Amino acid sequence: MCLAIPAKVLSIEQMSAVVDMGGVRREVSLMLTPETAVGDYVLLHCGYAIQRLDEDEALETLRIMQDSGLLEESR
Amino acid sequence: MKYVTEFRSSDLAKGLLERIHATSRRRIRLMEFCGGHTVTVFRYGIRKVLPDSIEMVSGPGCPVCVTANSDLDRAIALARLPRVTIATFGDMFKVPGSRGSLQEAHAEGADVRMVYSPLDALRISRENRDRMVIFLGIGFETTAPTVAASVLQAEQEGLENYFVLSMHKICPPALRALADSGEVRLNGLICPGHVSAITGSQAWVPFAKDYGLPCVVSGFEPLDVLQTVWMLVKQIEEGRSEAEIAYRRGVTFEGNTHARRVMAEVFETCEADWRGFGKIPGSGLKLSARFERFDAQEVFDVDPGPAVESVGCQCGAVLRGVVSPPECPLFRKMCTPEDPVGPCMVSSEGSCSTWYQFGGDLES
Repeated sequence: MCLAIPAKVLSIEQMSAVVDMGGVRREVSLMLTPETAVGDYVLLHCGYAIQRLDEDEALETLRIMQDSGLLEESR
Repeated sequence: MKYVTEFRSSDLAKGLLERIHATSRRRIRLMEFCGGHTVTVFRYGIRKVLPDSIEMVSGPGCPVCVTANSDLDRAIALARLPRVTIATFGDMFKVPGSRGSLQEAHAEGADVRMVYSPLDALRISRENRDRMVIFLGIGFETTAPTVAASVLQAEQEGLENYFVLSMHKICPPALRALADSGEVRLNGLICPGHVSAITGSQAWVPFAKDYGLPCVVSGFEPLDVLQTVWMLVKQIEEGRSEAEIAYRRGVTFEGNTHARRVMAEVFETCEADWRGFGKIPGSGLKLSARFERFDAQEVFDVDPGPAVESVGCQCGAVLRGVVSPPECPLFRKMCTPEDPVGPCMVSSEGSCSTWYQFGGDLES
């Protein structure tokens, strides 16, 4: 129910955007994330972008996960 | 960065698991509040690879499951009115109320249409001006802003045949009821990721501070859940109790303030009836006075009759984390996804449905 899917914003016209979700194009509303820009990844829920995804944070999370594994191996 | 496959790497999962096994000492019980997390836990076999010291229990975070029969009955009664079209998320279609489901009403001639988005319901309203289209507003903080946005759009367009039956609920009051009851001892909470995308992790601070319950907001990929478990184990072993975020790419401390403004413009809080919990003050959302003309509850006069619970159904106890699905005497026998007795077997994120699909070898 609270499923939200990452999608890449391809174009924006007023409050709606065309996004790419794994090869499928869809029109979605930006009424809840008006600051969205072309090229952003957004979390898509029920036809609305509900949050922008932060690439720096995603990379940092993966780095932390990687480090935890490496620390373990070095023991 | 695709934001999906990167968070399914088995190498990184191994590292996180080793870390969890090396850190976990105490016997602990963690609750995944959200049904979506229960699905991730089962789909990727996470229960089987965690140390024996960590017990996972499912919580009430499935909006369809916690919808009370009295609300379902109202929705079904509305569907039977002449010139009414019901637009609903698919999960609601098969959920049995006191006397039948929307599916049965549909089979008997009611116009019930499954939609993916409230935007689809707006479109149905535009294309069928002679019908009154009622969207069934189900969902937590994740979904309520989208429905609020649809009401604002209907107002802007002057759509006079679009209505919402709001059964929306917000999560913190239910978590408070759960914590206050003392029925289930919890050592940590896996906080709902997409609810938190809207509310921010700030929503969980009172639980970490006042209840001493370590809280971590998780995403929905397997690595997200493993990282969350690891962060919870660390908090518990270090004697800390904080509201942290593992799902940093989608969740901030503040959340989506714009979406919350849209939600607050259209809805106000009210008492709501939760399956398994009863009435919880301030836990529901109803349309505010300005939007009364969109409120199906105000506009349509129906008498759904007295709400009756299915005999033997343990959904209420399952939602409180007191009973696990295989402990319900109806599970897999009287109650299956094809012929469900309770909503937890219907919703794709209901605990019973998830156990039914993925939990076969955990039941013995």
